[in-house]
Amino acid sequence: MSLATDMTDTVKTPGAIDGGNVVEVRNVTKFYDGDIHALDSVDLGFPAGQMTTLLGPSGCGKTTMLKIIAGLLEPTSGEIFVNGKQVTGPGPERAFVFQDFALLPWATVLRNVAFGLELRGDSKAEREEIGRHYIAEVGLSGFEQKYPHELSGGMRQRVGLARALAVNADVLLMDEPFSAVDEQTRRKFQEDLLHLLSAEKKSVIFVTHSIEEAVYVSDQIVLLSPRPGRIHSTIRPDIDRGISPDDIRRDKNYLDTVETIWQDLRKYLD
Amino acid sequence: MKILGYRIPAAASLLIWGVLWEIVGRSGTVFILPPLSDVLSALVELVERSSFQTAALETLESFAIGMTVAIIGGVALGFLMGRNAAANNVLGMWVNIMASAPLSSLVPVLMLLFGLGQLTIVVTVILFSIWIIALDTYAGVRHISTSLDEMAKSFSASSWQLLTKVLFWAALPEILAGIRIGLIRAVKGIVIGQLLISVVALGRLFRTFSDNFQFENFWALTLILFVFALGFSSVLGWLEHKVEYYAGSRI
Repeated sequence: MSLATDMTDTVKTPGAIDGGNVVEVRNVTKFYDGDIHALDSVDLGFPAGQMTTLLGPSGCGKTTMLKIIAGLLEPTSGEIFVNGKQVTGPGPERAFVFQDFALLPWATVLRNVAFGLELRGDSKAEREEIGRHYIAEVGLSGFEQKYPHELSGGMRQRVGLARALAVNADVLLMDEPFSAVDEQTRRKFQEDLLHLLSAEKKSVIFVTHSIEEAVYVSDQIVLLSPRPGRIHSTIRPDIDRGISPDDIRRDKNYLDTVETIWQDLRKYLD
Repeated sequence: MKILGYRIPAAASLLIWGVLWEIVGRSGTVFILPPLSDVLSALVELVERSSFQTAALETLESFAIGMTVAIIGGVALGFLMGRNAAANNVLGMWVNIMASAPLSSLVPVLMLLFGLGQLTIVVTVILFSIWIIALDTYAGVRHISTSLDEMAKSFSASSWQLLTKVLFWAALPEILAGIRIGLIRAVKGIVIGQLLISVVALGRLFRTFSDNFQFENFWALTLILFVFALGFSSVLGWLEHKVEYYAGSRI
């Protein structure tokens, strides 16, 4: 069984979006403070409408990669293309979901969810309508007037997700969104996320250090090697998304993929 | 506090001190300390006097002007230092020195510079409170989680939006704490300043009362200042408490 394929064939000529890649990373290298080599000439394509996961041991630069794509960090060299256009900073076609939620503690759920729209200058009525819609989408109806400290960790991240969905970006960038959420909540959240995304038709770039999570949610998994981060391999789990979540977790392909990745990653542990 | 199973309010200790004061006052052993009851009746008489009312208004006005300048300047200074490493390198040391310097020794110099009027009081208030407000604001700004910053940027917030919709509110608990401490310092500054200058507003009254051995009036004035400082500080303490819930939930 050969799940790993060589990534080099996805490098495209500049300016083009062949193969329907919504985001392209070209030859990106990142040094921190001049000497920490976080990423080393990474070339990567993210297919439109799909969920791609960046997976790797801590210190492999996966969050760095995500923040460079988001425009929150500048690469030392290299280029980022979104929808075929080069970007050098944040933009409305991308929305970020933060590991620690990054909610405004002094604002209600409704204002938090609509905060991207508020910054964009939408009218109050308009943004509250959109806000309420996405609060319902993530299953938080009735909590519009609550404050973040009144919610559980899982609910706070649902607010973070609704805020990212509300601006109607093409690409969702999710930085370990479930790592601060307990295990039961995390499973339910993963299921809801897949369900929601299949309806919203978003492209998602997802960072995680959990192999099971990566295999469960992804169409494509990019394995990164530790510092300096390079692409180790790309895997497309062959899992039938039509079956129930519990069946997926018992599916042979699911379990084999988890095992293969584990065998690949364990050599970095020593 | 509980005594024999009864809840005693914290203010009850004031009563004990009041009784003690009355006893010591009546015994006549300390001649500068008249009985509390005499002081209280002097207080009532005092607030009705027009000389007191003008003096109090004058002081209060200078105080309000000084605090406004100190809050605006201190918060701006704190933000500048918190967000700009170069500004912090240049200003940080001086703000720290000024915050801990024995400023009362400067008051006579201020008197020479600004004359014997309200301006000196205003400058004293600013000088006593602005540095601690700047330092507390700085601490608040440094405390803001980078992900809040990144969140606003990821939604393409302008610098002004970032400042007014995120950073200011995130640093508000520390800013309020700084204002409260600054305010108490400013009251001290005003008392010390006016005692040293002793020619304007309440300071002149203080001087008159102590020079003429009118200790009832002297203590009454002291009590008024105490209540004034305590009142302001409680209002700010209450405001701080209102924003405390989110100070604790910041990551």
